[in-house]
Amino acid sequence: MADEPVIVIGAGPAGTRAAQRLVQAGLRPVVIDENDRQGGQIYRRQPENFHRAPEKLYGTEAAKASSLHTDFDLLRPHIDYRPGTTVWGVSNEGLMTVRGQDVTIVPFSRVIITSGATDRIMPVPGWTTPGAYSLGAAQIALKAQACAIGRKPVFMGTGPLLYLVAWQYLQAGVKPAAVLDTSALSTRMRGLRRMASRARVVANGVRYMANLARAGVRLHAGITPRAIEGSNNQVSGVVWRDSRGKLRHAACDAVGMGYGLRSETQLADLLKCEFIFDPCFTQWRPHVDRNGRTSRPDVYLAGDGVLLRGADAAEAAGQLAACAVLRDGGHVVADTEFTQLHETLTVMNRFGRGLAEAFPWPAHLARALPDDTVVCRCENITAGEIRRAAGELDAPEMNRAKALTRPGMGRCQGRMCGLAAAEILAAARNVPVREVGRLRTAAPVKPLPLNCTVRS
Amino acid sequence: MTAYPTNRMQADVIIVGGGFMGAATAFFLRRQGLSVILLERDLVGQAASGVNFGNVRRQSRYLGQLPLANRSRDIWLNMPRLIGEDAEFVMSGHILVTTSEKDGDRLEKYAVDCKPYGLDLTIMTGAQARAKFPMVGPEIRTVSYSPLDGHANPRLAAPAFGRAARRAGARVIENTEVCAITKSAEDFIVETRNGQSFQAPLLQISSGAWGRAMAASFGEDIPFAANGPQMGVTEPLPYRIEPVIGCASSVPEEGVYLRQVKRGNIVFGGGLRSVADIVTKRAPIDPLNTMRQMPHLARLVPQMARLRIIRTWSGVEGYVGDNLPIMGPSSRVPGLFFAFGFCGHGFQLGPGVGMTMAELIATGRTDIPLEPFHIKRFQ
Amino acid sequence: MPALFRRVAEKDRKTIHLFVDGHEIEALEGDTVLVAVLTRTGRLRHNEFDNAPRAGFCLMGACQDCWVWTEDGTQLRACSTTAQPGMRITTTEVPWLTNL
Repeated sequence: MADEPVIVIGAGPAGTRAAQRLVQAGLRPVVIDENDRQGGQIYRRQPENFHRAPEKLYGTEAAKASSLHTDFDLLRPHIDYRPGTTVWGVSNEGLMTVRGQDVTIVPFSRVIITSGATDRIMPVPGWTTPGAYSLGAAQIALKAQACAIGRKPVFMGTGPLLYLVAWQYLQAGVKPAAVLDTSALSTRMRGLRRMASRARVVANGVRYMANLARAGVRLHAGITPRAIEGSNNQVSGVVWRDSRGKLRHAACDAVGMGYGLRSETQLADLLKCEFIFDPCFTQWRPHVDRNGRTSRPDVYLAGDGVLLRGADAAEAAGQLAACAVLRDGGHVVADTEFTQLHETLTVMNRFGRGLAEAFPWPAHLARALPDDTVVCRCENITAGEIRRAAGELDAPEMNRAKALTRPGMGRCQGRMCGLAAAEILAAARNVPVREVGRLRTAAPVKPLPLNCTVRS
Repeated sequence: MTAYPTNRMQADVIIVGGGFMGAATAFFLRRQGLSVILLERDLVGQAASGVNFGNVRRQSRYLGQLPLANRSRDIWLNMPRLIGEDAEFVMSGHILVTTSEKDGDRLEKYAVDCKPYGLDLTIMTGAQARAKFPMVGPEIRTVSYSPLDGHANPRLAAPAFGRAARRAGARVIENTEVCAITKSAEDFIVETRNGQSFQAPLLQISSGAWGRAMAASFGEDIPFAANGPQMGVTEPLPYRIEPVIGCASSVPEEGVYLRQVKRGNIVFGGGLRSVADIVTKRAPIDPLNTMRQMPHLARLVPQMARLRIIRTWSGVEGYVGDNLPIMGPSSRVPGLFFAFGFCGHGFQLGPGVGMTMAELIATGRTDIPLEPFHIKRFQ
Repeated sequence: MPALFRRVAEKDRKTIHLFVDGHEIEALEGDTVLVAVLTRTGRLRHNEFDNAPRAGFCLMGACQDCWVWTEDGTQLRACSTTAQPGMRITTTEVPWLTNL
């Protein structure tokens, strides 16, 4: 399909910079974005009738957000922009997209997927109670809707987002009841060596923590979550063990939880890209070369959808993937552009690894989850059911476990529970988590209305 | 029952292929007192047995298959006592619906023809059908209702028989691919990719779409194709569609079917099939086929149009040229038996095939007529 | 049932009215359905299997835990659908094949 356009999926930092670079080379890419407004998650735009200044929304990153938005707006006449459109499948004729009830088949010569990431979740008893949200959700509520998820939220999990969101809530006049971090202080110090490569980012994080502490917000490190409590079907408290093993409790009316991020890799999977297990992020992801080329010659990946390095890296990786697309398509791209982007990304790689080391995914919590804890929130499948698949039903890997007791079988296709379910399965079978594999993707990537029709 | 032979690489019977047919045969062979080794390339029930629609349907089958289907249905009802689980079997009833007069005539004729075989069908007009099954759409005219048929969960059934076979003493060996089968003076020698060798005087090939090559290696080739069913499932809803609903149209694209499971999701399939690749073990689900199914599903149950599909899938199924399975003894090699190529309608038959093949292998005879399925029909 | 969400800014938008379980509620132009409902009450839907209330989780269209029914039997993903005046949301009923 050499005559077909280049497609960019996603219009966050990676997708925007990719599209921009393609336009610079004289191409007119198709940009397909699930959101109604460009920006992705981290630089998500508020609705048009909202008036807060970028500084309010994006803090220290306001200039970057504004630049990403402005640059995209300038691109509009030069791209085929399809907002509010979901890529849900892949056929021999092209990508299957849907907007409302209209399905369109989009042929492509090459495609750059910048599908971003979602929160990485470790279930805890009570996490399906109304009032419990992902950290990302807590932030989106604030940024995109000027709402707090509660009056007195607890933020629990690990990773830089934990402190950023808590601080943003504090700025918005909502004082968190507590910030609970599963990572120990000593672990964080170890990761700091690598993170030192981006001193400004580290300094921001330290500042958030200091501001929170100064405002009297309790910050606890090295905790073990025990339960989200509820009364009358709403969150009423959080119970955890502190670093010395003492059982602690905080009253609250909402929880924002998250343990770093997980890449959205379904589209690469549907396109049959080869996957590898990434020991740094302890998750499966598509294999890419340093320019974002996958095992498939017409598919490229950039941004957090393949490597969890954050928004700055996503901008560089998006541009880089576009450079690779251009060069592979016979356009001239100077070596120096590749070299410069590689240099930028080397720093980001180091930083990303440092973050993963400083705020490790608490895989060990999976083993201790009570049998009656819901893991798959769509299908209401408990940890005990996954353990039954592992034991009595002898499922050696995730897809078999899913076939037999349904974890990951619901509407979200395991986005929320998949990684935690894999840890539970691996723990129950006493094997490393990579050995239980990953859930295969099935179309439609998101629920597809049965009354849609193909528009040509 | 005989104990295991001391040499664990030997048994009375080797079964190659742990789909529903192989797993059920292994289970029933143990009840016949024979020692069994079941060799499965991947995991039991993972291919066609695990991805099909889950129809436990007798109506519209080839008439000569009804005795086998009747036997199978009795086992479905008895499964909790037999193997300790029901694989979510529900005797929900099954309706075949038509939108054209010609197809309606065919249903009426079948309802008469199947009666001597003990299958009682009720023919209804569209209005009668809508009175009893109000979810059915206004375009539906003649309906054939089989109250004693139903559906079950294909992901659970074959693995359940595999575990039951193991509990009953069969040696069920997964992740073991057979690469060569030869026959010495007395025994079949079965070699596997991981360097093992197994031996038995009796051997059943029940390797689904991969059975053709194995049969051909004994000089018994057949016309054969590997296809992929196009399946999907909606989000869960209150349980309000009891019967399985299938369209009996003679136009392949219109021939969709659906069932609601008690948890609430509606499983559907039918229409066109994709071409499967037995080398890569992949059968594509073509999203355009999913799109083609939508309007036909809405003709059966108009309110389905309001729902959302949450997942689609396919799997490798084996189809014989005349759309009947290969089941019974080899016509050339004594001690060799076949049970494969069930052409996308084998799920209901699984338990019956297992019991019948076990009977045939253990005693040399069965009361179930298998003549139409004999491999010699292609020689 | 008390509201889950609390508005912290942008309160000077035009008001719109919609209905939740038959009760008229006031929301603001630009609200998502999720925000319109959860600034008034504490649930969006009930899980199909344990019937416990749910109120969304990820707010970015990934978790699919905020699909709400409208009285006329269509469904909306509440986190990514803008609230429209006159919408009639039901958090308790599933209006599907109810006429049987």
